[in-house]
Amino acid sequence: MNRTAIEVLEVSKRYPEVLAVDSVTFEVAPGSICALLGGNGAGKTTLLSMLLGLLLPTAGRIRVLGTDMLRHRYRVLARMNFSSPYVDLPQRLTVRENLTVYARLYGLPAASRRLDSLAEHLDITPFLGRPYGTLSAGQRTRVALAKSLLNEPEVLLLDEPTASLDPDTAETIREYLREYQRSSGATLLMASHNMLEVERLCDDVIMLRQGRLVDRAPPAELLARYGRETLEEVFIDVARDTRVTAS
Amino acid sequence: MNAMRRIGAMVLRYTYLVRRSWPRILELVYWPTVQLILWGFITQFFLTNSSWLAQASGVLLAAVMLWDVMFRGHLGVSLAFFEEMYSRNLGHLFASPLRAGELVASLLVISTIRTLIGVGGAALLAIPMFGYSIFGLGVPLIAFFANLLVMGWAIGLVVSGLVLRYGLGAESLAWVAIFAIAPISGIYYPVSVLPEWLQVVAWLLPSSHVFEGMRAVMFEHTVRMDLMLQAIGLNAAFLLAGCGVFLRAFRSARERGLLMRVGE
Repeated sequence: MNRTAIEVLEVSKRYPEVLAVDSVTFEVAPGSICALLGGNGAGKTTLLSMLLGLLLPTAGRIRVLGTDMLRHRYRVLARMNFSSPYVDLPQRLTVRENLTVYARLYGLPAASRRLDSLAEHLDITPFLGRPYGTLSAGQRTRVALAKSLLNEPEVLLLDEPTASLDPDTAETIREYLREYQRSSGATLLMASHNMLEVERLCDDVIMLRQGRLVDRAPPAELLARYGRETLEEVFIDVARDTRVTAS
Repeated sequence: MNAMRRIGAMVLRYTYLVRRSWPRILELVYWPTVQLILWGFITQFFLTNSSWLAQASGVLLAAVMLWDVMFRGHLGVSLAFFEEMYSRNLGHLFASPLRAGELVASLLVISTIRTLIGVGGAALLAIPMFGYSIFGLGVPLIAFFANLLVMGWAIGLVVSGLVLRYGLGAESLAWVAIFAIAPISGIYYPVSVLPEWLQVVAWLLPSSHVFEGMRAVMFEHTVRMDLMLQAIGLNAAFLLAGCGVFLRAFRSARERGLLMRVGE
């Protein structure tokens, strides 16, 4: 059993024009739900991409489930998954075809049963037979979530998981994610702009600004620390660098 | 075993794509057939006007079909890869256990299937339409087919790598690359027709050796093993270079964060 599910040590990502992530260090405990919060360009998506091995850091070390992601990411990718609005699925394939392909890529033994079960829970059964490209934004978000849960990942990375969903559906998805985390013991790391979602769902919050980790605490502790009523106010304080501490 | 399963999953993905779209199925056989018909009628005309062609009446038809093997082999790889970029799917693919080498393997498999369907259809049509069967080339046909297919793969991998690195703006390379090679491959005429300096370049291409070999079988009824071996050797280098360029581009895409950003 690993003491940490995710370990990010002194990780930086420099592009020719910009330092997107600047020497960030944090750990995420197994079985927790942690949020990455920050304004646009804070480095959330860059960090998630590096955690998946889709993007190589300029410096630092990343370990997921005890595995060095820079050297041996293929050992652990089958135990991870992700969902992001920045990537898509083939438009002309039906939802079922898309999910079948990914079920095979992840080596699911009973793919069909898992697919049908997820479809029922995420309410995508009615459009399993429709081409992915014909779905609404909200329907696509749910399909992307289904794809991310196919292999029952031990580490699930979510970028804006309830983007484009109406409040009712978003709440259903949050309940499902919480239940999934409870029943499987999975670790969830999510980037979100939805402060209410973070307050309701997350055990821990990592605040980023301009590529740097500026604070980290459970939601309630952050509220107390900044002397604010809501995480949204804390977010604005951090984004504008106008911290008003209670202490 | 796991690798085979993942390659199979990707082949299934490309099969779904073709199966769902009748224009794509039609397109697979349409261009080879149009080419065949055009060159078939040109052949019929020249048979009575060219003593060279009269010695081996099917030489132009064989050439156009074998050329299409390389063309389809190349497009089979590059167009299938472009599909992943059009659909912004690379992030999902490479966050899964799929390795870059496995994606390449699946592209080669689907390219072979597409080429067999496209060129196979035209080859069968040539028999009743022009009374010519390319299968009359016998066993050497397998070597010609394999060599041209591999060269098509190599070009397809280079083009895919460049498009991965430079984006879909470089998509036109798919057409530019193959048509730049055509005039110096000696498809419809011997390499000796080319200026001497260009002959040196031509002999660096596996395709030139294949088409010269094809003419040797058709005109002289001999199998030129020297040409065959040279084509195989060059193809080994071409395929290695193709894989190398693609994998280097993949690495570069991971450094530059392109896997999450590519798209239309």
